[in-house]
Amino acid sequence: MAEDLTQLLAHEMAARLRAGDTTSRELTAAHLARAHATDRGLHAWLTIDDGRALAEADAADARLAAARAGGTEAVAALHPLHGIPVALKDLVSVKGGQCTAGSRILEGYRAPYDAHITGRLHAVGAVILGKTNMDEFAMGSSCEHSAFGPTANPWDLERVPGGSSGGAAASVAAFQTPLSIGTDTGGSIRQPAALCGIVGMKPTYGRVSRYGIVAFASSLDQIGPFARDVRDASALLHAVAGRDERDSTSAPVPVPDDLVGLPSSDDEAASWLRGRRLGVPREYFVAGMDPGVEARIREAVAALEAAGATVEEVSLPHTDYGLATYYIVAPAEASANLARYDGVRFGHSVRGGEDYLADYLATRGSGFGPEVKRRIMLGTYALSAGYYDAFYLKALKVRTLIKRDFDQLFDAGFDALVAPTSPDVAFRFGEKMADPVRMYLSDACTLPVNMAGLPGVSIPCGLSGGLPVGLQLIGPAWSEATLMRAARGYEGATADAAWRRVLPTDLARLDDPAVPTPAERIAGR
Amino acid sequence: MASLTRADVEHVAYLARLGLTPDELARLEGQLNHILDQYAKLAELDTDAIPPTAQTIELENILRDDVARPSLDPEAVLANAPERDGDAFVVPAILGGE
Repeated sequence: MAEDLTQLLAHEMAARLRAGDTTSRELTAAHLARAHATDRGLHAWLTIDDGRALAEADAADARLAAARAGGTEAVAALHPLHGIPVALKDLVSVKGGQCTAGSRILEGYRAPYDAHITGRLHAVGAVILGKTNMDEFAMGSSCEHSAFGPTANPWDLERVPGGSSGGAAASVAAFQTPLSIGTDTGGSIRQPAALCGIVGMKPTYGRVSRYGIVAFASSLDQIGPFARDVRDASALLHAVAGRDERDSTSAPVPVPDDLVGLPSSDDEAASWLRGRRLGVPREYFVAGMDPGVEARIREAVAALEAAGATVEEVSLPHTDYGLATYYIVAPAEASANLARYDGVRFGHSVRGGEDYLADYLATRGSGFGPEVKRRIMLGTYALSAGYYDAFYLKALKVRTLIKRDFDQLFDAGFDALVAPTSPDVAFRFGEKMADPVRMYLSDACTLPVNMAGLPGVSIPCGLSGGLPVGLQLIGPAWSEATLMRAARGYEGATADAAWRRVLPTDLARLDDPAVPTPAERIAGR
Repeated sequence: MASLTRADVEHVAYLARLGLTPDELARLEGQLNHILDQYAKLAELDTDAIPPTAQTIELENILRDDVARPSLDPEAVLANAPERDGDAFVVPAILGGE
């Protein structure tokens, strides 16, 4: 029987591609077939574009053939992602394609141009399979706020994949794609990566251009990669990172080639940890956290120490103020960004009211979902006359304190901080929908990193009650290459751990063509 | 800490140009007040001497060269218009009368 190409890591696919053992068309066709066959029970995708993907694959194969004719150097010059499939969260513009951001208000909209990262992915020869599901406008921690129905977690179809990049994480965990792109405003890459048992990184604010990405909170949003191992995530970050003059917040900082030079040997990777200084912030072990999560994080810290790292308990004293600060700053910025959805130039539009105001009220009232309305209301209130100083300005000042906490530790010489990504494992559908504040607490360990603009990566570190736990590594600004080395070091040091051999529990159920969709599952109980 | 009345919620919805149903307004009144209670925690901190952080990377006045470049294809942009008239978007009238 032929090898199942979807079970490979991206760098394994790339090696077979270069060796002539497979083609980009075969890789792409295998993933398209698996995505179509297994997505009923998962609902990770909003669109899969077979025709476009196969055309891109053929172009990649033609480029590889031309490179072969040019000799080994020309082949070696191809990017590690050449010919490799990748999924995009449905807020990344692809010219001519839909881009809903999980919202009815963008239904029917077709992007008139490519996002910067879409162009980068095409330039390195990657193949875009389609667009993945998400909480509406990236507001949520469970993917239950998608206007197009929730996504399930391949580890337990009764549970959420995390969010907002829930479809992106679930699709990678379910082997529908080796790689996907997400965005992270308060934890929307790291938290779903943790809940789905994969790798996800939020880079430094300014590392990746947001040109062509639907905006949520512009001082916090950042684009980043998902993959099933650190090397693949690092290669995807390498492909999309870098200065782009169309996003004035994208920084003129060189992209380290180290991102594609991570060691393949586990021992070599682990040896990098020797003598590194790691801090464990005590405030991240919050009251009420899942005891299994805490146990796995403590074991991971012990494994890092055993590999030769120096581990010290440290303090980030303003952590506890992160949630309130975030839930002022992010909604405030969102309320401004989302003012553009007025039904005049694109998307959902209700006309025929008694005046222009009636049309705006009707368009926005019927186009946005409940969580987005809640955040717009919060943000509008926080910015309104008489409350600006008390809420928004106060939050920006506390943001300074949160950032200083991190600065002080990195100035003191810590290479990285080690913490849980999420205080919980994947929760059940509906469990946190009734109380927005409980849902918001899912991001307590990730959102301070956005407030400070720092890079953070979540990597799998074991299971609690059969569900994945994520370990978060946080570094100083522009330290992505070091963070990826540290993450790869942990991966190498724990390469033989039994939990690494455990596949998502409910994968087999996804093969059943009659499996209920997540929406049916929720409606039926 | 501030607490929102139903009239406040209606006013904020108007400012945000959100047409909300009576049910939505009632639910939001409770939820927004619950979230505002969480904000009260920030009052514990003395921030009088602390400068605000609006963004985290020190980039300022980023300008590009003033060179004309091709724009988006008007046809592709207008294809998204809910209502168009030639090469223009039809907008709701903002001035009353005939």
